[in-house]
Amino acid sequence: MNNLAKHDAQTTAGPRQVLVVEGLSRDFGGLRALNDLDVTINEGEIVALIGPNGAGKTTFFNCVTGIYTPTEGQIFLYDANGKKQLLNGKKPHIITSMGMARTFQNIRLFGDMTVLENVMIGRHCRTHAGIWGALTRNARTRREEQDTIDRSYALLETVNLAHLWNESARNLSYGAQRRLEIARALATEPRMLLLDEPAAGMNPHETQELEALVRDLRSRLKLSILLIEHDMGMVMSLSDRIYVMEYGSRIAYGTPEEVRSNPRVIQAYLGESDDA
Amino acid sequence: MMRPVSKAILASIWFMILTFPVMGIKLNTVEQTVEWQFDRIILLGVAIFFLSLLWNWCFSRKGRGLPLIALPSGMGATLGRLCSLPLRDSRSRAVSLTVLLLVMLVMPLVSSFYQTNIMILALLYVMLALGLNIAVGIAGQLVLGYVAFYAVGAYAYALLNQFFGLGFWACLPVGGLLAVLFGLALGFPVLRLRGDYLAIVTLGFGEIVRLTLLNWTSLTGGSGGIKNIPGPSFFGKQLSIEDNTIFIYYLVLLAVILTIVVITRLKNSRVGLALQALREDEIACEAMGIDLARVKLSAFALSSCWAGFAGVIFAAKSTFINPASFTFMESAMILSMVVLGGMGSIVGVVIAALILILAPEYLRAFSDYRMLIFGAIMVIMMIFRPQGLVTGERRKYRINALKGEQA
Ligand SMILES: Nc1ncnc2c1ncn2[C@@H]1O[C@H](COP(=O)(O)OP(=O)(O)OP(=O)(O)O)[C@@H](O)[C@H]1O
Ligand SMILES: [Mg+2]
Repeated sequence: MNNLAKHDAQTTAGPRQVLVVEGLSRDFGGLRALNDLDVTINEGEIVALIGPNGAGKTTFFNCVTGIYTPTEGQIFLYDANGKKQLLNGKKPHIITSMGMARTFQNIRLFGDMTVLENVMIGRHCRTHAGIWGALTRNARTRREEQDTIDRSYALLETVNLAHLWNESARNLSYGAQRRLEIARALATEPRMLLLDEPAAGMNPHETQELEALVRDLRSRLKLSILLIEHDMGMVMSLSDRIYVMEYGSRIAYGTPEEVRSNPRVIQAYLGESDDA
Repeated sequence: MMRPVSKAILASIWFMILTFPVMGIKLNTVEQTVEWQFDRIILLGVAIFFLSLLWNWCFSRKGRGLPLIALPSGMGATLGRLCSLPLRDSRSRAVSLTVLLLVMLVMPLVSSFYQTNIMILALLYVMLALGLNIAVGIAGQLVLGYVAFYAVGAYAYALLNQFFGLGFWACLPVGGLLAVLFGLALGFPVLRLRGDYLAIVTLGFGEIVRLTLLNWTSLTGGSGGIKNIPGPSFFGKQLSIEDNTIFIYYLVLLAVILTIVVITRLKNSRVGLALQALREDEIACEAMGIDLARVKLSAFALSSCWAGFAGVIFAAKSTFINPASFTFMESAMILSMVVLGGMGSIVGVVIAALILILAPEYLRAFSDYRMLIFGAIMVIMMIFRPQGLVTGERRKYRINALKGEQA
């Protein structure tokens, strides 16, 4: 076991990997939604995952975050010390506490709760107060709670929502809800952030702000970001690397320039549905 | 204007035809003749006609987003201010709470034995409704067999007393604990269920518990129940029936206050936030690092323990219990309190529980129509105020803005 850990630990030279997916497949009955997919994300990288509708991008997120169990393949996440950990078979909340956070394509906020409370929920896996603490409200619990509130508020400032902190989440505009989802995901203190179509439904101005936010998160928090997006302008300007999927398989990957000039990509994706 | 009237006429004709066999024909069994009571039918028709118009008017107001009752301008605002006056600031809130507490404290000393008994029952239901509110209102787990936990508490005390001579004070925590164990026993198998499926399983659970109590005659005495359950001892000595009732009243009052304090704290805590998140979106909960299994089990455990306590007190109060006190009707009643009060609202649930227990007692004249009125109230509430009596109870947070020092 010790040997294995030593073997799996990365050397400091070269880019440090964060997420490694090997041969991932997922079947839904007869449908193969993911087919033998290999993906690697390095520390501090912004990577885009693109592909036509139904290509299996969201399914990939769901497998990586433990919501679906993969049919085949392995998913590894490196922890802060560079130790490789297998995610297969782990419950979603464990995976989140290991440093993986996500947003949802069809926004899944807690609509009846306030904006601040939504972010506070994200702190759940980093805090400890239990029932006893809730009943006695001892000093430790109160300190932890105030800390949760302050950090959550600070995150709201990061995504420019602080002025709306006491509003019900369901009353926010579409763009604001997407940013709130990002803040909530950040509250779990991730190393790897998965964004599922964060710019969907945003106007051009909001999209630009989002781009700046993603860049800021990468540089300031050293986050690795994997993003599914249909807005090609954003994908091309943001990403260090791009993976292209079609019918569950990876059909191309590389830098934006490489992908842009790849004939298979042009045929499969950019050519036919340049804006769906 | 024509449509509502013609609709009302249709409704009244339809009602007259429908109720004719029941209301319009009377068989005189002595003289063996049939009496036709057209006057009653006509009266019914007229009543339905006007009711239908009223109903229509309510709906049209609802459709246009207007409140049902529009007070003349000024009066509404004044009334609102009057109602919120006792809650305006922390001082007036303290004053009104003290007054309320004093009234509750003095009540058993000035009122009759009968009224004290009713009040005990009402307070017990407040406790039950608050307990169920944790599972249903806060955590969104539709539990239909809640009365089973109440039965567990009551029978725990009755049986432990009968077979081992344990007293009330020893049994109070035991009853709560047993109810929690039953809550967990129910919680484990239903971890993967939600919504309708959960409702059906919990409904079945309630029935299983009741049927077991009914049929395990050697242990529980079956439908004959268990008699001569002693009241709580007061510093070691048993009290007379009258004193006992007053003592139990104070006990329940204390228990209710304790319940309110505990549940308020719980709701506003980290655990409470997770419970509320569970109500809204399970997948998002998981993805945010919340252990679903753990939170669901907490919801069941925290919810059932109050029913356990209430059950022990109920057994001590009534000195006799049998399975008839723990039917599905009780579960439905408690659930109605939670729904009427407003899911998750503590104040609303307390008010609804008091209304639903006290109103039928003080409106004995209408006791024949009790279920009819109850049903009508539920339907009207669900259409015109589905969110319940009290909504928007929201916790206040203090923000220490940490400018510049982020995450
Ligand atoms: N739970 C499920 N059960 C059955 N089939 C599913 C399920 N989830 C996804 N699929 C199927 O898997 C395929 C991939 O779906 P997925 O949602 O991953 O696509 P996507 O790339 O995210 O598309 P979009 O750009 O529209 O979001 C689709 O054919 C979809 O119908
Ligand atoms: Mg998708």
